[in-house]
Amino acid sequence: MAALTTTKDRYLAEFEALERQGALRSPSWLTPLRRSALARFAAAGFPTTRDEDWRYTNLAPLVASAFRPAEGVAAVGLLPTTLERLSVGATGWPRLVFVNGRYSARHSSPGPLPVGVRLSSLAEAMTIDGDVVARHLARHAGWDANVFADLSTAFARDGAFLHLPAKTSSETPIELLFVATTPGVLAQPRILVVAGPHSRATVVEHYVGLTDDAYFTNAVTEVVAGPGASLDHYTLQEQGAGAFHVATVHAALEGDSAFSACAATFGGRLNRTTLTLRFGGESGQGALSGLYVVGGHQHVDHHVTVDHAVPRCSSRQLYKGVLDGSARAVFNGRVIVRPDAQKTDANQTNKHLLLSDGVEVDSKPQLEIFANDVKCTHGAAEGQLAPEAIFYLRSRGLADATARTLLTLGFAREIVDRIAVEPIRAYLDGTLRARLRAARATKEMS
Amino acid sequence: MLSIRDLSAGVEGKTILRRVNLEVRAGEVHAVMGPNGSGKSTLAQVLAGHPAYTVTGGQVRYLGQDLLAMPAEERARAGVFLAFQYPVEIAGVSNASFLNAAVNELRARQGHPELDAMEFLGLVDERLKLVEMDRSFLSRPVNEGFSGGEKKRNEILQMAVLEPKFAILDETDSGLDIDALKVVAQGVNRLRRPDNAIILVTHYQRILQYIEPDHVHVLFDGRIVKSAGKELALELERKGYDWIREEVAATQPTGA
Ligand SMILES: Nc1ncnc2c1ncn2[C@@H]1O[C@H](COP(=O)(O)OP(=O)(O)OP(=O)(O)O)[C@@H](O)[C@H]1O
Ligand SMILES: [Mg+2]
Repeated sequence: MAALTTTKDRYLAEFEALERQGALRSPSWLTPLRRSALARFAAAGFPTTRDEDWRYTNLAPLVASAFRPAEGVAAVGLLPTTLERLSVGATGWPRLVFVNGRYSARHSSPGPLPVGVRLSSLAEAMTIDGDVVARHLARHAGWDANVFADLSTAFARDGAFLHLPAKTSSETPIELLFVATTPGVLAQPRILVVAGPHSRATVVEHYVGLTDDAYFTNAVTEVVAGPGASLDHYTLQEQGAGAFHVATVHAALEGDSAFSACAATFGGRLNRTTLTLRFGGESGQGALSGLYVVGGHQHVDHHVTVDHAVPRCSSRQLYKGVLDGSARAVFNGRVIVRPDAQKTDANQTNKHLLLSDGVEVDSKPQLEIFANDVKCTHGAAEGQLAPEAIFYLRSRGLADATARTLLTLGFAREIVDRIAVEPIRAYLDGTLRARLRAARATKEMS
Repeated sequence: MLSIRDLSAGVEGKTILRRVNLEVRAGEVHAVMGPNGSGKSTLAQVLAGHPAYTVTGGQVRYLGQDLLAMPAEERARAGVFLAFQYPVEIAGVSNASFLNAAVNELRARQGHPELDAMEFLGLVDERLKLVEMDRSFLSRPVNEGFSGGEKKRNEILQMAVLEPKFAILDETDSGLDIDALKVVAQGVNRLRRPDNAIILVTHYQRILQYIEPDHVHVLFDGRIVKSAGKELALELERKGYDWIREEVAATQPTGA
């Protein structure tokens, strides 16, 4: 308990220090938001396993370490070859690059974009697009329940801003690359996507760690989709082995809009994603999916909440995990269907492939249905690779390890194949294969 | 080519095969018949190297090698192929990528370069024709949602692509309609060469009209109790297995 208090106090002291130095440079509307977020963080502190939402995810190792914002860290040079290797899309995709949480203009290429579409660092947006940012930043979510979102709001300085005015559409996906290079760093990227009526875009958040030492990324993404807007959001997480990765994604959807999220998790020591999708207008569509492929002592926690507050919306959740070694997965899928939300169509599936006896899974659906004319289904499954399938493949000449890899890829295919953007699909497929190859090599060595 | 000597095997402590003896020479087709549960599939699976079955006695020589000492994949690479009685469904793995992985694995072991996408498709297209299968089956997950007959055809497609030296077809004829049976049988015949051999497990003599066996064996309660020419299949079709049962009872009055 003492340790928890100390760490919290350190963050509070850090905040006061940054304010004194004027490093936070808040526009006037942001200061009260920061203060109230900080006050909530000060009151609540970091959650413990006594909190229902954190029962299976122990933050003690995160809380025990001291992380500091990348203030004094000089802009790290990234080799062009490194950037090349880490790019998901083709050249020509608009791309913002962040190093240790700070925007790196010299590595970024924010264009070309259709007329009217704004893509910039959040810091720049706060001055240039101040009113749009002010209208939406930290305004949509029920942030009070999420300490990590509060921490982000209190310290919000850097991140990405995308604004799509009505009827604009960015045909090329927009890539946000977050590179961690320095141990001990606290990176708090804040991403705000404001999609006007009938606009469309695809956004890729790509997290990469170039160090296997401990660091902490606390990312918050807010998506606001106007009527008829369509947004596809991807997260590719390849953090370093010692990383703590906490992500909060909140999507607020107006009528007839569509939002999809696909989160692929490979890296990090402790991962927690809190995703909330809130339908604020009729006939909205949400498709949420996740693939996590982890081993060793990795921990992956997905807390998904879909809030059907209005009628005739549909939501799909498909989360699949491949667990090896002593990895642990937590999935909590909450679907709320409020009394007015008739004709809701919600479904949720969570499946795990267990590749070793040492893994642990806590998967829980949480359906809270207060309307009667609705269709809500959920399912969960976990299992090992079928021995009959392994033998079938071996009987055709494939080595045991090859057979297992093929079957594991088969398990993941359902997620990979639903990715409509070919370069993203190909990148994920390549990462997945490399990951399974590496895991196999480690197994063969031991 | 294949020499089975006193082979005994079982599963989970239960004895299924009891001292099976069988000699298969290059170029031959052997039919193995016998009542349900007599051990035909067990024999097939043991020869293919299924790890669930325990060999408790005897030995199997295959092209001068100790077959039973080889893991399943080694046997396949040495040219052994089993067409499964119940082909396994594999979610998320397309027929094409499965065949591709298998072909290239074999080629790698034989010191041949991998086939590129064009060469592979060329090969598969040709073999699809042999079993009159549509190309659309390539993009579907292996056996998933295939009808019974389609699964059997898919087994023969794999056989046609992998070109084994020694194939065991475990009731490949069951579940095939009359036309499909002809197609599959013709496919198998086209794959026959003087230097390969086939064991054909079947309940019906119909397929033996198309793929003529050199020898017909009856497996009964884990033993080969009768071996003869192709006329034995006709006799079994006419008379059933009761007379075999009686013969066995007569020669082994003390029972098993
Ligand atoms: N994995 C297993 N576990 C338990 N029993 C088994 C297993 N495999 C086979 N058996 C038993 O061994 C006996 C022989 O089975 P097998 O499948 O070899 O018969 P078969 O001759 O192929 O029959 P069919 O004509 O019905 O295909 C049966 O009694 C069967 O139940
Ligand atoms: Mg059988």
